[in-house]
Amino acid sequence: MAEANTATGNPPRPVNRSSGRPDNLRLLLNNKLATAGLAIFALIVLTALAAPLLPLPDPDVTAPADRLFRPLSEGHLLGTDALGRDILSRLIWGTRVSLAVGISATLIAAFFGSLIGLVAGYAGGRVDTFLMRGIDMVMAFPYILLALAIVAVLGPGLLNALYAIAVVNIPFFARNIRGIALGLSRREFVDAARLSGESNAQILFIEVLPNVLPVIIITMSTTVGWMILETAGLSFLGLGAQPPQADLGSMLGDGRKILFTAPHVSIIPGLMIFALVMSINLLGDGVRDVLDPRLKSGALTRPLARTAVIRDIAPGDIEPSPGAVLDVRGLKTEFRFGGEVFKAVGGVDMRVGRGECLGIVGESGSGKTVAAMSIMGLVPTPPGRIAGGVALLEGEDLFAVSDERIRQLRGSAVSHVFQDPLSTLHPLFTVGDQLIEAIQSHRSMPKSRATERAVELLNLVRIPNPAERLKSYPHELSGGMRQRVCIAMALADDARIIIADEPTTALDVTVQAQVLALLDKLRRERDVGILFITHDFGVVSAICDRVAVMYAGQFVETGATGEILKSPAHPYTAKLIDCVPVLGQPERRLDAIEGRPPVVNNLPIGCAFAERCPRAQDDCRAAPIPLTEFGQGRAVRCIHPILMEAGHG
Amino acid sequence: MADAALLSIEKAERVFGGGRNLFGRARPAVHAVQDVSIEVRRGETLGIVGESGCGKSTLARMIVGLDAPTAGRIVFDGRDLVAEAGRDLRRLSREVQYVFQDPVASLNPRKTIRTILEAPLIHLLGLDKQARAARLSELMDAVNLAPEFLDRYPHEFSGGQAQRIGIARALAADPKLIVLDEPVSALDVSVQAQVLNILDGLKHKFGLTYVFISHDLSVVESVSDRVAVMYFGRIVEVGPGRSVFRHPRHPYTHLLLQSAPAPGRRSLVSDDATAELPDPYNPPPGCAFHARCPRGTDLCNARLPRLEAVSGDESHQAACFHPHERR
Repeated sequence: MAEANTATGNPPRPVNRSSGRPDNLRLLLNNKLATAGLAIFALIVLTALAAPLLPLPDPDVTAPADRLFRPLSEGHLLGTDALGRDILSRLIWGTRVSLAVGISATLIAAFFGSLIGLVAGYAGGRVDTFLMRGIDMVMAFPYILLALAIVAVLGPGLLNALYAIAVVNIPFFARNIRGIALGLSRREFVDAARLSGESNAQILFIEVLPNVLPVIIITMSTTVGWMILETAGLSFLGLGAQPPQADLGSMLGDGRKILFTAPHVSIIPGLMIFALVMSINLLGDGVRDVLDPRLKSGALTRPLARTAVIRDIAPGDIEPSPGAVLDVRGLKTEFRFGGEVFKAVGGVDMRVGRGECLGIVGESGSGKTVAAMSIMGLVPTPPGRIAGGVALLEGEDLFAVSDERIRQLRGSAVSHVFQDPLSTLHPLFTVGDQLIEAIQSHRSMPKSRATERAVELLNLVRIPNPAERLKSYPHELSGGMRQRVCIAMALADDARIIIADEPTTALDVTVQAQVLALLDKLRRERDVGILFITHDFGVVSAICDRVAVMYAGQFVETGATGEILKSPAHPYTAKLIDCVPVLGQPERRLDAIEGRPPVVNNLPIGCAFAERCPRAQDDCRAAPIPLTEFGQGRAVRCIHPILMEAGHG
Repeated sequence: MADAALLSIEKAERVFGGGRNLFGRARPAVHAVQDVSIEVRRGETLGIVGESGCGKSTLARMIVGLDAPTAGRIVFDGRDLVAEAGRDLRRLSREVQYVFQDPVASLNPRKTIRTILEAPLIHLLGLDKQARAARLSELMDAVNLAPEFLDRYPHEFSGGQAQRIGIARALAADPKLIVLDEPVSALDVSVQAQVLNILDGLKHKFGLTYVFISHDLSVVESVSDRVAVMYFGRIVEVGPGRSVFRHPRHPYTHLLLQSAPAPGRRSLVSDDATAELPDPYNPPPGCAFHARCPRGTDLCNARLPRLEAVSGDESHQAACFHPHERR
C-alpha cells in the first residue's frame, strides 16, 4: 500500500477557499446598492434604538394649541400633528415599534414555517400532503382578509396584529424550505447518516437543518420589509397599534383625514416606511446574492460571448503546417481570480489534419478542456483570457478575426460535441426543431428543405426511423440516441473540425462502443478532423490516430497512438497507462501515482511532474523542460525519458 | 469457512410504482429487480456488473436496508436482518455498510470529518469520548489519511481523499460486509488505483466481505472473486470471475466484453443503434436481451430462460437457451 501514502507522508496543502474567494461581508460590501441599503437600515435602527436617549419630547403628550405646525417650525423639526404631538418624536418611537413588530413577526413566521417545511420535505408522502394542503388553505385566503379575521377574533392590538402577520407569512417560509428540504433529503449524505445509525429527528436537525439555514436567512431578509409594510397596513386600518401609541401605519392613518390641508402629517411617515422597506429590500437582495448557493458559482457575472484575447506580442504571419486544417501554436489560456493567475494552458501546439483524429488525454484539472474551448473562444471571460498563441483554421487566425466571423464559424466549420447530451439539448424543443435550427442558422433554406436535411443527418448517424424521431423530445431518447443527435447537429453544416469533449464518458459501455465506431466511420467518410478529449486510454485506442498527453497545462508527450501505448517515453504517460486495470489481466498489480498534480497558480520552474516522478533528478527541477523530438513524429517533454530499449511491460 | 454464505438473497424483487390510483385504475409498475437469487460467501468479493438501468444500485440499496424488497428475502448470517431493518436499521448497519459512488455528495458539506466519522461510533456502537478518539485515529490510519484532516470540511478534500473518508465511515462500525456502489467511477484514473489498493488492503486486514458494484468491467475483473452480470433487473450470468471473463456464456456478457475499450485495441462493434433496453413498462415475455441478441430464436421470445449451470460446471451459471460454447 506504499502507493497510497500521499496523505500521511506529505500532507498536501488543503484547498483554501477563503483566499481564493473573499469572505461574505466583503462580497456584500462590493455590492453598492446593498451597501447603501445597509447604511440606511443601520442608521434607522440605531436612531430607533437610541430613542430613549435622544432629547425628544414625549410622543404621546397632546398640545392642542400647537396643532399642525409645519416642518422646520420652532421646537418641532418635523412639525406637529392634529393633536399637537411632535412628529419627529412620534416618527422615531413609531419606527421602533414597527421594526420590533416586523422583526418579531418574521422570527415567529420563520420558526414555524421552517419547521413545517422541514418536516414536510423530509417526511414526504402523507405527512407532506397533509401539511402542505394545510399551508395551501392558509394561502388561499387573501392575506389581508385572513389577518383581519385573526385580529377580529383576538381583538385589535399590536400584539394580535403581530400574530396575524406571522400566521399569514408562515406559508412563504414553509413552501420555500420544503422545496430545499425535499431536495436535500434525497441526497447521499442523508442516506449515509441513516446508515450511521442516526434517527429521523437527528438527521432532520443535525444533517438537514444546517444546510437549509442560509435559505431561511435569505427568506427572512427578503420578507422583513414586507412584514413591516403589513404591520403598517393593519395599523392604518386601526387594527394594530392603538392610540395614543405611535407606529408608522397608525401615523399614516391619522394623517389620512387631513391629507390635503396638512400633507406633511402623512407624507413623513410614508417616506419613513419607504426608506425603511427599500433599504431592507436592497440589503436583503445583497444578502441573497452572497449566500445563495445557486448564485455562488458566478451566475451573477455575465461572461462575454467570446474569450478575451490579450496577447503580449501579436504573432507575425505564420505559415500553417501543410495538410493541417486546424493548427494551434503556443496556446496559453489563463484565469484570473483576485490577484492570482491560474495558468490553465501553458503553451500547447495542436495540429489536426483532414479526417484525422487527435486525442488529448489527461486527468481532471490538466487543462485539456480549457485548451479545446479556447480555440473557438468559449472560455468564459471574465475570468478567463487567452494570453498567447495562434489558432489557425485553414490559415485564418481565429484569435484575430471579428466576433461576427467567429459566430459564423461556430457550429459550421468547427463544431462541438459535449459530454452530457441531456444538458446540451434544449428540453422544451423537439430534436427536429433543434436540428432544423442548427441547419438554418448557417444557411438560409426553406423549412421543408431543412427538414429533409435533418432526416438525412439522422440517417447519417444511424438513428432508425429518422422521420418519426424528429418529433421526439430529448428526454424521450436514450443517452446513446441523444449523443447521436448531438453528433448530427455537429455535422449540420459541413464541419471540418469536431471538438469532442469526453463525448462517450456518460454512456454505457455497449453504447460507447457504438458511438465511437460511428464517429470513427463519419470522420473517414466525411473527411472531418476530430479533436477528441478523454481520460481513458482505452477510448483513445479505439478512435485516435495520434495522442497528446496533457499534464498541468502542457503536453508532456505526443505521438502516434500505437507507439505511445506500446512504449511510453514520459514517466507520467507510463504511470497513467499502468494505473488502470486492463481487461483480461486481472492479476496485474495496479500502480498508483503518488501525490497530486501541482496547482496551476503555483507551477514549479522545472518539470511539473518531478515531485511525483520516480526518475526525477536534480536537473529536472532546475529549468523548464522543452518538448523535444523523440523519434519519428514523436515528442516528449522529459530529459530522462524511458528509452525504447528498456521496453515497457 | 470460505463456503459459508454470509449473505443470501432469495428471489428478491423490487417493484416501483404499481398499485391503484384514486379511481381504481392500475398504476404502471416497473420491476427494477426481479427474481434475483445469489449468495455472498464469507471473505469473498462479489462483483456485480451491468449498465445503467439494470437494477444493480437498487439491489445494493436493498442489501444495506435503505430500500426494502417487495418480494423475496435477504438473509444475513442466518437472520432475516433486512426484514428487521424496516423497524431498526441500526442492527443491520452494525453488520453491513455502504460506500457511495459520489464521495463528495455523500459527506455533509457543513460537518467536519470528525463529526461525520463519529456519527456511527456514537449511534451504532455507543462509544464514549475516549474510545471514539482512539477509534478515529485507527480509522484515519487504516485509510492512510493524516489525523489533522479530522477538523476540516469535505470541500477541502480531493475526490480520492473524500472517498477514503467514505470508506473510513463504512469501516467505523466494524461491519462484516461492505457494499461498494461504483466506489471509483467518480475518481480520476490515477486516484482509482490508490483507492482500489486501499480497499484490497483493508479486506485482508479486517477480514471483510465485499459486494463490488460497477459498470467498469476491467475494475470488476481486477477485484472480484466471483462476478454476476445483470441485465434489465435480472442476473443473466454468474460465476467465478476468471471463468466469466475468459469464457463468457451469455451473449450479453459477450457483447459487454467486446465493447469495453482497452488500450491497444480497436473496437469490433458495429455502429448501429441497437442498444435500446426493452420498455420497462411493457417488458417482453421472454429474454429481455432477445432484441439485441445475435443468437436469439423464437424460443427466447416466448419463454424466459432460467439461470442454470452451463456444460456441467455448477459454479458458472447463465440464463440463456443458446449460450456460447467454451472457447
